[in-house]
Amino acid sequence: MRSFVFPEFQIIRDEEKCGQCRACERHCSFGVHTYDPVADRLVSDERKCAGCQRCAVFCPKGAIIVRPSPSYYRPNASWSREKIEDLKRQAETGGVLLTGCGSDKPFRIYWDHIVLNASQVTNPSIDPLREPMELRTFLGRKPDLMEIAAEDGDIEIKTELSPNLVVETPILFSAMSYGAISYNAFRSLATAACRSKTYFNTGEGGLPREMRDEFGRCAIVQVASGRFGIDAEYLNCAQAVEIKVGQGAKPGIGGHLPGEKVSASVAETRMIPPGTDAISPAPHHDIYSIEDLAMLISALKEATNYEKPISVKIAAVHNFAAIATGIVHAGADIIAIDGLRGGTGAAPKAIRDNVGIPTELAISSLDRRLRDEGIRNRCSIITAGGIRCSADVVKAIALGADAVYIGSAALIAMGCTLCQKCYTGKCNWGICTQDPRLSGRLNVDIASARLTNLISAWSHEIREMLGGMGINALESLRGNRDHLRGIGLYEWELDVLGIKGAGE
Amino acid sequence: MARAVTSEPGIFGARQYYQNVEIPSIDARGLETRELNDQLRELMLSGGKRVQITNVCGQRYIGTRLYTPEHLEMEIEIFGTPGNDLAAFLYGHHKITVHGNAQDGVGNTMDDGEVVIDGRAGDVLGFSMRGGEIYVREGCGYRTALHMKEYDGKRPVLVVGGTSQDFLGEYMAGGIVIILDMEVQSHKANFIGTGMHGGVIYLRGDVDQSQVGDQVEISPVDEADRTVLDDYVSRFLERFPEVEKRKYEILNSQFVKLAPRSKRPYSDLYAY
Ligand code: SF4
Ligand code: SF4
Repeated sequence: MRSFVFPEFQIIRDEEKCGQCRACERHCSFGVHTYDPVADRLVSDERKCAGCQRCAVFCPKGAIIVRPSPSYYRPNASWSREKIEDLKRQAETGGVLLTGCGSDKPFRIYWDHIVLNASQVTNPSIDPLREPMELRTFLGRKPDLMEIAAEDGDIEIKTELSPNLVVETPILFSAMSYGAISYNAFRSLATAACRSKTYFNTGEGGLPREMRDEFGRCAIVQVASGRFGIDAEYLNCAQAVEIKVGQGAKPGIGGHLPGEKVSASVAETRMIPPGTDAISPAPHHDIYSIEDLAMLISALKEATNYEKPISVKIAAVHNFAAIATGIVHAGADIIAIDGLRGGTGAAPKAIRDNVGIPTELAISSLDRRLRDEGIRNRCSIITAGGIRCSADVVKAIALGADAVYIGSAALIAMGCTLCQKCYTGKCNWGICTQDPRLSGRLNVDIASARLTNLISAWSHEIREMLGGMGINALESLRGNRDHLRGIGLYEWELDVLGIKGAGE
Repeated sequence: MARAVTSEPGIFGARQYYQNVEIPSIDARGLETRELNDQLRELMLSGGKRVQITNVCGQRYIGTRLYTPEHLEMEIEIFGTPGNDLAAFLYGHHKITVHGNAQDGVGNTMDDGEVVIDGRAGDVLGFSMRGGEIYVREGCGYRTALHMKEYDGKRPVLVVGGTSQDFLGEYMAGGIVIILDMEVQSHKANFIGTGMHGGVIYLRGDVDQSQVGDQVEISPVDEADRTVLDDYVSRFLERFPEVEKRKYEILNSQFVKLAPRSKRPYSDLYAY
């Protein structure tokens, strides 16, 4: 059937500059550029272009511009171009629309409506270049009461403490599974996490055996509904175990890693035959209630000899805060909360763009709810979904999070351009692909250095912002909404966030 | 802590013939789950290779905490009724025998080893199991063998002497399930194998197309299947000598094989 969808992108090649080196042809996995030997020039099939900018970045002559196509339907506020084209695609295929990355819809981004405080005259600001600044964070259950005994000047803690994760900066890499992303991308995250004294999250695709010794010390391993790649060694080599119940990009549904992405080594890691669809059912079929969840949490504590904190990751949806308190009572040591703009390797577009609530509102309601119930100490909150810069991290923590997970931001550091074509397995940046020709483009040393740089840059900025507020430990900012003010928000939004309007 | 079983029978006391055997034992009466599993682990770490646990009454996750990097192994006999998630995440060549019934979640995400239940099992039996073998003398509950999977040489096996309830083998991605229906009650389960994309289920007797998911193909068993059945039915009978059926009686009956039509049941679902 002929497609009635016109190209999303326009490719402009400056023939003056182009030297016919054919780099663009080699770089584009979507097969956009081809060399026409008769005309001795390159031609582009714009219909196939994903707008990933690989060719534009790698053209040695800078001869290519890829930009959104200026063609347009008659403007119509109700029928946007995207709505028309999505509909056409479905009329042509009869399928569910898939997409990658977090939602790109213009839901209000609260980070951009919140401003931070700074010290002036009284309570002087602190200079992080000369004063120590504490970003170290402990993630996990804290005791209700701490009994201590002092003997000969030594302080001994009498209370039995729960295992905690220690991060030197409150930024962890979000769950991205080997299978969804390439081995090189996965390994780059692991390398950078270890180097930055933080953690990466394996996602639900297992942890390759040869990585367990080296990277287990900075791994959080996931147990999801598909239960891929799980054995006792996997659970025990890591520092924490996360039960994935939901994901911000697709709350309430499972996932299918298409058979094409299940290469021999992905299959080995997930422990399923190569080429089969790796299906994660929507619920865990052994969890239909909080009691069932409590059972899986306890089973995982047993399986890891009570040595690791257990995290439960849920998507932020309407009544999630009440559910989250149930999760804390069920024994979770960490709650990871993933908001509306959380990323994904593949999700039905209808779900990604319509289900869930923004992270910012979620953190605040969760923190408040746990405080109201007097159980905030029993779990840490890691928040995910739409963290783009260090200021977002600071705001998240002031709203009540203990730490943040970054996914998209980490991918962008490695080269991702948010082209949303991850589900095709043809990522030109070598990130979301299992094609060795493409994944080979991502050099682990370089990508991990880029990630390490990102973490160190953000950590430094966080110290600067803290210092500016006259705070020398992140701990003092946690849930400290007094340092936040809202701009351009409705009353109800300020209420949910628990912050005052600017100037108040 | 190893001590001989006393002759005083508990609610689920050891049977007479075990009393004189010098096997370390744990009396589970009044023990919390964690306490029982502490004792079990301690025993294994101190070199115990066999143990009998008596008066078990609902304690969960027995066997779950037996992973060690050295891959120590243990033979565990349970008298009474172990609680949910028996042998969950079981790893290595442990062997667990239950003289009684088991509850829900037996062999949840089990990786290896063997579980024998001389009685019946509850729901979600063998959920996401990816290695090892489970034998249940009687029937089991709902959601049996859900999302069981295999890779390479690792192929889980589940043999059930009775029948299973609904959702048997849903999303199954590997492994062998054999439902023997020894009492010949006929298979009443529905939604068998919905979303199945790997592995095989053998049912003794027959099943109607309306009881199985769209993704499942029902076919008669062939020679190769007979060999598999022969093998595991023998093993089943070895474990339950009190079963009054001869192997040939079982094997001579009709069997049907349920296998997935495709490794990729949902490949046409999406618009690319
Ligand atoms: S898909 Fe990427 S590499 Fe290919 S033409 Fe478009 S922007 Fe260039
Ligand atoms: S990971 Fe690759 S395919 Fe996915 S959005 Fe980024 S550049 Fe595109």
